[in-house]
Amino acid sequence: MNEDLKYEINKDLLKITLSGDYLLYDNQKQKSALYDVAKNSAINKIAIDAKNLGQWDSTLVVILFELIKIADFRKINIEPKSFPQGLSSLINLAFAVNRNPPSPEQKSSFSLEAIGAWGYDIYKSFCKGLAFIGQSIKAFGKVIIGKSQMRGIDFSFALEACSLNALPIVSLISFMVGLILAFVGAVQLSSFGAQIYVASLVTIGMTRIMGAIMTGIIMAGRTGASYAAAIGTMQVNEEIDALKTMGINPVDFLVTPRMLALVVTMPILTMWSDIMGMLGGGFVGVTMLGIPIQKYYEMSVNAISLNNFLVGIFHGFVFGIVIAVCGCYYGIYCGRNADSVGVSTTKAVVSAIIWMIVMTGIITVICQELEI
Amino acid sequence: MSDDTKQIIAEKLTVGYGDNILLKEINFNVNKHDIFVIMGGSGCGKSSLLRVLTGLVPPISGKIFINGKNFTGTNQQQKKQIMQDSGILYQSGALFSSMTLAENVALPLQLYRDYTDEQIKELVSLKLALVGLAGFEEYYPSEISGGMKKRAGLARALALDPEIVYFDEPSAGLDPISSKLLDDLILDINHSLGTTIVIVTHELASIFAIGNNSIFLDGTSKSIVGQGNPVEMLKNPPNETVYQFLTRGKQKDAQKTK
Ligand SMILES: Nc1ncnc2c1ncn2[C@@H]1O[C@H](COP(=O)(O)OP(=O)(O)OP(=O)(O)O)[C@@H](O)[C@H]1O
Ligand SMILES: [Mg+2]
Repeated sequence: MNEDLKYEINKDLLKITLSGDYLLYDNQKQKSALYDVAKNSAINKIAIDAKNLGQWDSTLVVILFELIKIADFRKINIEPKSFPQGLSSLINLAFAVNRNPPSPEQKSSFSLEAIGAWGYDIYKSFCKGLAFIGQSIKAFGKVIIGKSQMRGIDFSFALEACSLNALPIVSLISFMVGLILAFVGAVQLSSFGAQIYVASLVTIGMTRIMGAIMTGIIMAGRTGASYAAAIGTMQVNEEIDALKTMGINPVDFLVTPRMLALVVTMPILTMWSDIMGMLGGGFVGVTMLGIPIQKYYEMSVNAISLNNFLVGIFHGFVFGIVIAVCGCYYGIYCGRNADSVGVSTTKAVVSAIIWMIVMTGIITVICQELEI
Repeated sequence: MSDDTKQIIAEKLTVGYGDNILLKEINFNVNKHDIFVIMGGSGCGKSSLLRVLTGLVPPISGKIFINGKNFTGTNQQQKKQIMQDSGILYQSGALFSSMTLAENVALPLQLYRDYTDEQIKELVSLKLALVGLAGFEEYYPSEISGGMKKRAGLARALALDPEIVYFDEPSAGLDPISSKLLDDLILDINHSLGTTIVIVTHELASIFAIGNNSIFLDGTSKSIVGQGNPVEMLKNPPNETVYQFLTRGKQKDAQKTK
C-alpha cells in the first residue's frame, strides 16, 4: 500500500513523518503543497522522521532531494531522523559534487533581446558561410595550381557516388516528371485540339528548368545529405581533429573532392535528366495521345533551343555548387555527438533546397534582363 | 636545468571556451624523454588542455613553447612544422574510416616524406608490427576491435618518428590485459625512441607504472594542485583531493590512524 506524505506544522517547525511504503509515489498535488509549505517564510526548521519507513524508491529520494535544496536555499535547518542507510547515502551521493556549471544560454521567449540575438545568430552564420565559401574557392585554386592535398582516389570515389550510382534514381524521377508534364499538358491542349504541342511543352519545360530542378532536389537528398552525414560523423569520431593536427587541411582533404565531383557531374546529370524527361513525355504522346513517333520526335527536336538547353545546364552547375557547399558546410560545422549528425543532415538538405530556389529566382531574373 | 632539456613549456596558460574558463593561468614544464601524466577529475579540462597543446584550439591567453619555439604566436605554416614532430592518439583512435589501416599509417608519410611507395609500404608494415598489428594492413577500421583501433591509431601517431606523442585516455574501454600491453608499449617507445609522452589518464595502475612526472588539475580552483612524480606524490600528497584520487578515495586521516 502506498502511503501519503504526511506533514504537520508546529509553529515554525515543519514535521514530516514517513511511514509505510513509498513506491512510484505520484501524488503531485501533495508534493507541491509540501514544497510550498517548506518555502513559506514562517517555517524555520524541517524535521523528517523515517522511523516507520517501509519500502521506498527514487520517487521518495526526489522529494527529500528537493526539500534539502529548498532548505539550503533558505538557509534553514533540516533534521533527518532514523533514515535507512541506503537512503542517506543516496542523498549524500546526490550532493557529493556540487559544482554549479555555467547555466546554458537562457532562451528567453519573446523580447527585443531575443530578436537581437536571433539576428546576430543569422549574421554570424552568414559570415561563417561566406568564410567557408572563401576557403572552398581557395581550395579550388590550390587544385588548379597543383598544390592541393586532395587525394585522387577520394575524388574518383566521390565521382562514382554522384554519377553512376545516382543515374537510376535520376532517370526514374525524370521519366516520371516528363510523363506528368505530358499528361497535364495534354488535358489542357486537347481542349483546343493542339495535342501535338505536348512535345514542345515537355521539351521546353524539361530543358529549361525542370531537368535541373529535379536533379538538384534528388542530389540534395541523396548526395548533399550523405556529404553532411559522412563529414559530420568524421567530426564526431575526432577524425577531423586528427587531420588538422597532422597538418592536413580538412577542406582540401574532405570538401574539395566532393565538391569537384558534384560540380562536374551535376551538368551531365541535368542533361541526362532532360533526355529522360523527353522520353517520358514521348511515351505518353505516342501511346496515349496517338501522336506518331516520327512526328513527336520532329516536334521535340524543333522545340530544343540552344539557349534553353544552356540555361538548364547552367542551373545544374549552380545547383551542384549549392548542394556541395551546403552538404560540406553542415558536415564540417557538425557538433560532437550522434544527435548533431542528424541535425546537420537535415539542415544541409533543407538549406540546399532553399538556396536552389533562391538561385533559380536570381538566374531567371538575370535571363529576363538579358532576354535569353 | 638548462632550457634545452625542456620539451614543452606552458606559461600562464588559460584554457576554456568563451566565458567558460576551465584552467586559469597554469604553468608547467615537460622535460625531454618524460612520461608526463595529466590527471584530474572528470570534466576539469584535461582533454581541452590537450587540444590547446596540440594546436586544435587556441588558448584564451598565455604561451606554449615547444622545443623553445613559441607555438601559440606562430603562423599556420610554422605551426604545421612543429606539429609534424608530434603524434596524437585520440580517445577513440580517430582512424580515417574510409581507409585501410595501411593507408591510415601511410598518409602522414605520403604527405611529409619523399619516400618511394616501396619504402612507405615497408615502414607501414614495421609500424603496424610494432603495435602488434602485423598482417592487418588491409583491414578497415570498422573491422577491428576498439583496442586494436587504439593501437592502429598509435601506429599512425608514430609514423613520422615524432619527438612528442600525446595520448588522451588510451586505456579507456580496454580490458586490463590490453591496457597493460598498451602501457608496456608506451614504455618501450619512450625507452627505445626517446619519445616524450604526454598522457591523460585515470588508470591508477598506469599512472604509477609509467608516469615519471605529472600535474594534477583541479576543476574548482581551475589550477594545478599537485605536481611531480606520481609515486612521490602518493608518499607526500600535497592535499586531500590528490591523495584520494591516487588511492581511489581513501580518507587521509583514516590512513594515519591505522
Ligand atoms: N567544444 C566545447 N565547447 C564548449 N565547452 C566545451 C567543449 N568541449 C568541452 N567543453 C566543456 O569543457 C569542460 C571540460 O571538458 P574536457 O573534455 O576537457 O574534460 P576532461 O577533463 O577531459 O574530462 P573527462 O575526464 O571526462 O574526459 C566540460 O565541462 C565541457 O562542458
Ligand atoms: Mg577527456
